[in-house]
Amino acid sequence: MSADLIHFFTTNWLGQAIVIVAQCLAVTVPLLVAVAYMTYVDRKVWASIQLRRGPNVVGPFGLLQPFADGLKLVLKETIIPSSANGVLFIIAPMITFMTALVAWAVVPFDNGWVIADINVGILYLFAISSLGVYGIIIAGWASNSKYAFLGALRSAAQMVSYEVSIGFVLITVLLCVGSLNLSDVVLAQSGGFWHWFFLPLLPMFVIFFVSSLAETNRTPFDLPMSEAELVAGFHTEYSAMTFGLFFLGEYANMILLSAMGAILFLGGWMSPIPYAPFTYVPGVVWFALKIAFLLFVFSWTKGTLPRYRYDQLMRLGWKVFLPVSLGWVVLTAAVLQFSGWVPKP
Amino acid sequence: MLLQALAFYVFAAITVAAGAMVVVSRNPVYSVLFLILAFFNAAALFVLIGAEFIAMILVIVYVGAVAVLFLFVVMMLDINLTELREGFLKYFPVGALIGVVLFAEMLLGLGIVGAGSKTIAGLNAQGAQVLAIDNTRAIGRVLYTQYFYLFQVAGVVLLVAMIGAIVLTLRTRPGVRRQKAGDQINRTKEQAMTVVKVPTRGGV
Repeated sequence: MSADLIHFFTTNWLGQAIVIVAQCLAVTVPLLVAVAYMTYVDRKVWASIQLRRGPNVVGPFGLLQPFADGLKLVLKETIIPSSANGVLFIIAPMITFMTALVAWAVVPFDNGWVIADINVGILYLFAISSLGVYGIIIAGWASNSKYAFLGALRSAAQMVSYEVSIGFVLITVLLCVGSLNLSDVVLAQSGGFWHWFFLPLLPMFVIFFVSSLAETNRTPFDLPMSEAELVAGFHTEYSAMTFGLFFLGEYANMILLSAMGAILFLGGWMSPIPYAPFTYVPGVVWFALKIAFLLFVFSWTKGTLPRYRYDQLMRLGWKVFLPVSLGWVVLTAAVLQFSGWVPKP
Repeated sequence: MLLQALAFYVFAAITVAAGAMVVVSRNPVYSVLFLILAFFNAAALFVLIGAEFIAMILVIVYVGAVAVLFLFVVMMLDINLTELREGFLKYFPVGALIGVVLFAEMLLGLGIVGAGSKTIAGLNAQGAQVLAIDNTRAIGRVLYTQYFYLFQVAGVVLLVAMIGAIVLTLRTRPGVRRQKAGDQINRTKEQAMTVVKVPTRGGV
């Protein structure tokens, strides 16, 4: 019986299709639940920073708040402005949401727990995360509103600028790993937290984290939707679930970049201390804890820092991060070459 | 195999159709969006022949950066469509000529017309050898050994282009007050504050 089942799921096209759909659901459903609770945790963290209670009415400790919010967004009327470009206006939030989900196909959750273990995993993640800008820029243009358009232009310039330094950060990590495969990146950091890349590459970890704040348009880089100047930036004209998709996409992107940070610098699914009681914990739990830690820092920054001015943001991206990360690439390459630590293929 | 062939025809058809729409569509923003679609499907075709590195670089460089800037510029333009149509017949022969030249070069390069060694069969045989290692490594091996100088020259050409663009757009405007982050950070309490003894009813 079981042999028949294995045969069915590995050779029959219907069985393979069922497996693929199940794999997609196994990643997407926990991710969406995580996104829902990320909105809750975000608000709780800000509330604690500001000495408030945060959401505490819907359900015990306000735990059902995200679902109440979601239900509200689903039930509201979708308004499409009469002068907007209808097709692009609807497509834009879908692009944002879709690109945030598609990237998870290559993320390794544990040793071998990955849907598509492709050779160019890091490049795939980088490519997909650079596509997020399209949802925003198309939304800004299709809305036919000056606030939305200004927000979109700011966002496009900002995301393109910070991608450059993220690219250099990735190159440094790749130099130390010698492979573009994400599982290889994690395995190269095996054996305790003192082997993780955040220690030798600490400046790059900081640059990566700050750039990921800028990539996800979070405070202190949330100029594309700065309320004080642009109403709500690129999603000014959006309502109901079209706005909801932007919101979900933004949080899914945050979780994705935290996952990238965990894989590249915090040893992915590895336990911090490679000895008995810690290694019994499944790797996926460690991975989730690392993501949760980085997400907490995201909320913490949002609750603490004021917003950058636009010229300061550009200065930081091009005049500080770019030279520092480029210099660090050269330094890493030189150290690896002259100390003979170049990873063997 | 059947699935692969099917995927090839779907991606190829979409690439060609999107390419045609880039030229035909009336709104330049749509043109750029179709161009992005064409890039994507071209990347998918690269994945199908096993060149995943080139596919990803295509998406990162062209879709992630170049097309964003295209879109950026095109959205800012205030375009009059009838004006855009006017020069079509005048420029059509030049465009057609460039198209023919590029097509001829492609045929020559593939060795269908010329009797080069790089026939399709030859390329496939080479590809089979290369596929033993993953193609990122394969590209790295030839790029940094056999083609090292050409690679460096390409870099220098790009640098020159970049400097040229900066020189063209840089203009020094007198009287602009810039924020100097270093000065601000280095300012001490002594420089920034003075304690003034104010006599009663005297004012400062």
